[in-house]
Amino acid sequence: MSKPIKLGPDETFVLNVGPQHPATHGVLRVKMRMDGEYIVDAETVIGYIHRMHEKMGELKTYPQFLMNLSRMDYLGAVGYSHGHILCVEKAAGIEVPERAEYIRVIMVELNRIASHLFWFGAFVMDLGGFSPLMYALQDREHILDMMEKVTGSRLTYCYFRFGGLFNDIDDEFIEAARRFIPRMRKSLDKYDKLVTGNIIFRKRLEGNAYLSKETCRKYGASSAVARGSGINFDVRRNEPYSVYPEFDFDIPVFHECDSLARYNVRMAEIEQSLRIVEQALDKLPDGPIMPKKAPKIIKPPAGDYYQAVETARGSFGVRLVSDGGKTPYRMKLRSPTYSNMHLFDETCKGMLIMDALAFMGSLDLVIPEIDR
Amino acid sequence: MIAETTLKALQALFPEPPPSETDTDVSDVTEEIAQEDKKSPPKEAPRPNGVVERDYSVHGYHIDAQVDPDQLLEAVDILDKAEFFIETITGVDWIKENQFEVIYDFSRYDFDLCRVVIRTRVSRDEPVVPTITDIYAGANWHERETHDFFGIKFDGHPHLVPLLLPEDADFHPLRKDFKA
Repeated sequence: MSKPIKLGPDETFVLNVGPQHPATHGVLRVKMRMDGEYIVDAETVIGYIHRMHEKMGELKTYPQFLMNLSRMDYLGAVGYSHGHILCVEKAAGIEVPERAEYIRVIMVELNRIASHLFWFGAFVMDLGGFSPLMYALQDREHILDMMEKVTGSRLTYCYFRFGGLFNDIDDEFIEAARRFIPRMRKSLDKYDKLVTGNIIFRKRLEGNAYLSKETCRKYGASSAVARGSGINFDVRRNEPYSVYPEFDFDIPVFHECDSLARYNVRMAEIEQSLRIVEQALDKLPDGPIMPKKAPKIIKPPAGDYYQAVETARGSFGVRLVSDGGKTPYRMKLRSPTYSNMHLFDETCKGMLIMDALAFMGSLDLVIPEIDR
Repeated sequence: MIAETTLKALQALFPEPPPSETDTDVSDVTEEIAQEDKKSPPKEAPRPNGVVERDYSVHGYHIDAQVDPDQLLEAVDILDKAEFFIETITGVDWIKENQFEVIYDFSRYDFDLCRVVIRTRVSRDEPVVPTITDIYAGANWHERETHDFFGIKFDGHPHLVPLLLPEDADFHPLRKDFKA
């Protein structure tokens, strides 16, 4: 038997969390220098599932690259396709029929709800509560079933096409979506009673990991990380794109700057997404889902273009540098969690390790999306 | 509002631009847009340093400033003071001109929509750009990533080791002459 290690009063040790650790939700590694149970400093090591999507973007033509986007973030895949599609359409000047844009928004919002639900379950599980995950997955299952019938896949959607969509939605989908909305609202009530009002849960998160506005700005944080710190920033509202200006919805902002605020933002966002889906279904115009003359070969004129969209995880940006050819000269994918994760190193200093793991959960990490 | 003040502050970095030069600057841009379909328009000297306003509905950003690497910190400092947040940093390999371009994207949290792009060009033979991590701590990873992919060195960076690539990586995959 080995002897227990004895540390002097001023000594610290390095704790290696990950790359395979349930709390990191994927292959993420954090080297933490510990003083007892307190973190002295931490260094996040990423890149374990780096796949070089940006190089693939340069080697493939625009339509060939479509399926890569959904493999960036496996929980909120549609939002990422949306950003890429909008950027290329803007650059190449492709018109999109209104119906297609409405359906896109419905899909993005449904996917956002699915992503938030999974995050909700996983986050509560991080904190030690198991059953909410099962409830959340049950609700998420309805969304996946609905979307599978239309898009053909359950997770890595490749549903959007330049100019429109690959498949129109049918009455069955509309009916299922309409049925889903009140059911989800009921579930939200249930979560509220089960989790949000739970005193153990609240005591655990209140005041956990204070994130100032200034830190958010210096790191470029977005999504609930910024909105939980009192920053009223949502790309859908600040930089309106697609048909979002048509809808009436709120941007939930909480000013407590702690993990509970980030939790509250995401839970409130589910309700807002439901509202958008509801309105989009009501307003859904008739018409084609692809323009009559959908271009076969896409060649955006030389120049560079930027498009930001609000995905489930924050402000996702595509920077396209085109030289007028069939493939992009440079395709930069700005992933939101990359910036959100980056502030972990600085913020977790001096925290208890269990608090730091709760903080990590509140950031809503999807590792393939950080590593790209 | 903020767009105007930022534009002015950035323009102040380029003292007394000869009016003729700014004129050609603007016409260059319009020419570029006009020539969109012609493949490889006669590429003369690369764009001179200076600030250009871009059409947001076409390009997705408002202000496009190309600065010398020496002016970079000054330009970024202007944006920091005006409370912009850092969106991303990336590189582009212009191999025909034997240059690397480093692009910095900034945006705002408030409803005064203004996207600013700062770009700077360095020679491919000796690609060194000053780090902006002292101003924006969040630039750390973005600069490391750009170093991974292009081999651009960020002078003064606290921890310039591979981030996304393996720790012993000695290749730069986004260089146009990279062969796997």
